[in-house]
Amino acid sequence: MARKISILVVDDEESVRDSLSNWFIEDGYRVECAENARKALLLIESSYFDIILADIKMPGMDGLEMLRRIKSLRNDAIVIVMTAFASVNTAVMALKDGAFDYVTKPFDPDDLSHLIRNASKQILLAQENETLRNKVVSLESVEDLIGNSEAMKKVLKQVESVAQSNSSVIITGESGTGKELIARAIHANSSRKYYPLVSVHCGALTESLLESELFGHEKGAFTGAMYNRKGRFEMADSGTIFLDEIATISPKMQIELLRVLETKSFVRVGGNKETSSDFRVICATNRDLKSMVEQGSFREDLYYRLNVVNINVPPLRERVEDIPLLVDYFIKKYCTTMNKPPINIDDAAMQRMEEYPFPGNIRELENMIERAIVIGNGKKITLKDLPLGKDMIDNSIESLDDFEKTFILQILNKYSWNITRTAKALKVDRVTLYNKIKKYDLKPD
Amino acid sequence: MAQQNITLISYGYFGKQFLEKIAEAVKQEYKFPVNFKESHLDLSEFFDPGRRQYNGNKLLHAVEAISRPEALKTVGLFSVDLFIPILTYIFGQALLNGRTGIVSLYRLSNERYGIEADDKLLLERFTKEVIHELGHTFGLIHCMAPSCVMRSSTYVEDIDQKNQNLCHHCREQLSTVIPDQIIG
Repeated sequence: MARKISILVVDDEESVRDSLSNWFIEDGYRVECAENARKALLLIESSYFDIILADIKMPGMDGLEMLRRIKSLRNDAIVIVMTAFASVNTAVMALKDGAFDYVTKPFDPDDLSHLIRNASKQILLAQENETLRNKVVSLESVEDLIGNSEAMKKVLKQVESVAQSNSSVIITGESGTGKELIARAIHANSSRKYYPLVSVHCGALTESLLESELFGHEKGAFTGAMYNRKGRFEMADSGTIFLDEIATISPKMQIELLRVLETKSFVRVGGNKETSSDFRVICATNRDLKSMVEQGSFREDLYYRLNVVNINVPPLRERVEDIPLLVDYFIKKYCTTMNKPPINIDDAAMQRMEEYPFPGNIRELENMIERAIVIGNGKKITLKDLPLGKDMIDNSIESLDDFEKTFILQILNKYSWNITRTAKALKVDRVTLYNKIKKYDLKPD
Repeated sequence: MAQQNITLISYGYFGKQFLEKIAEAVKQEYKFPVNFKESHLDLSEFFDPGRRQYNGNKLLHAVEAISRPEALKTVGLFSVDLFIPILTYIFGQALLNGRTGIVSLYRLSNERYGIEADDKLLLERFTKEVIHELGHTFGLIHCMAPSCVMRSSTYVEDIDQKNQNLCHHCREQLSTVIPDQIIG
């Protein structure tokens, strides 16, 4: 069922406010009124209105000035200006300043109905568009969940059983195993699937940025806060929020997060009004949260609040039987994307891939196939198209850590230690790359 | 105590048969006894010389002020051109969840649009508008169903498109606000 569109009527004449209010209520809209621009701006700051119908001639701040201020608070606001004095100049000024339309009082009832219906249609279409866009992304991603191995079947079964519940889920697994895809699959199979899935990569943001990203902020809350902005929790209302790299959040943010999870309400940065949101939370991490709790770097109460269900995504080396399926899938995917005819992979190349440990997991395999299609002859993927020569499988490497260290160093050198380009090539974020450099104590040659 | 009823008050001349037919249709739709009576108001108080129309908000309050306690709902019937400050004209209006509504014949007749008079069509339009405004007094809002009497009409052609009955959905809504003991 479509939600009720909300309208704010701003006019200094009581009879106009009452008439419009009654008219809109009879049409099934939610209506509030303000007798001047100052009161209207206060209402707009504290509540969300889909449409603002404002008189131009008002004592104090006029409608045009109010329009500019509304636009500085909420750039997407639909404002219709009205006046008893038709003037082309005023109309042009209003439209230039971002008004949706301009009407002259008194209105023909049919014109008013059409105007509001058109504005409502635009709002609902924009929302539908956003929901469908999220849904398409989510469905496309779910298609990427490939696997016939017992390990993967177990994961998919878990996804199916937790999807219908509202419980918090922690997805664990090495980097590149497809934790976000699992989160998308849970969302796409849940009753919240028609609402947004909002992803936040906690590791990529500083504490203050993460705070503003999650809770939103009021205009002027900090330098650069030009507009009021909804936070990710607010955007995920009725849907799901996916917090990736949850282990990286600071102790202060852990407390904030715990409070939000317990009350499902929060205050925007720089604001004072409590906002509620109905969301489901799914987290992911490649770290061992339990030992972080034991070491005291992750709050125990937050851990138990988040870890109602744990899904562990197996690394690719533990499901080697899925490699041919994944190779086939990524070949088709990239041939289609690059508008190339479908190609095959020869047996020797496939065998080498099955022997390779894939420390970067599926992400690494996907990159490998994409690269092979780009640089290959366009007929068949062979060993020479894959970066899996003897130099890649170094017998002196005895552990996964050794391998990761060597591999990262190789790519860093390749890009002359340009962190941004290296992180992009490895398809990890810069923070992860810095953490790896620190972990392995890597230094330029 | 007198049984609660719907009262139609005519201001200006309306034929007896015309009113009886409306009353019958209203009774059929809302299942309440319907009374009709004539009354007089000095309409000059409600006339806006600038617009050469009559202020619907003021008339609605005037009808509200004289409605009798035993009348569950009261509708004032007029034949003058009505307006509210924000709109160029209205066919009628009512207080949502209130006790009072008003409807005017003025813009419902074919002659107003240069078409040959049709008394039957005029009666149908007027009846629909009375039932529509009464619907608002019972808390019904505009309905999207094309044939429902609660569909919003801004032109007379819109009125002709709909029936004089509530759709299933509006009827269900109505049953939640009219308690059984009142209907009974």
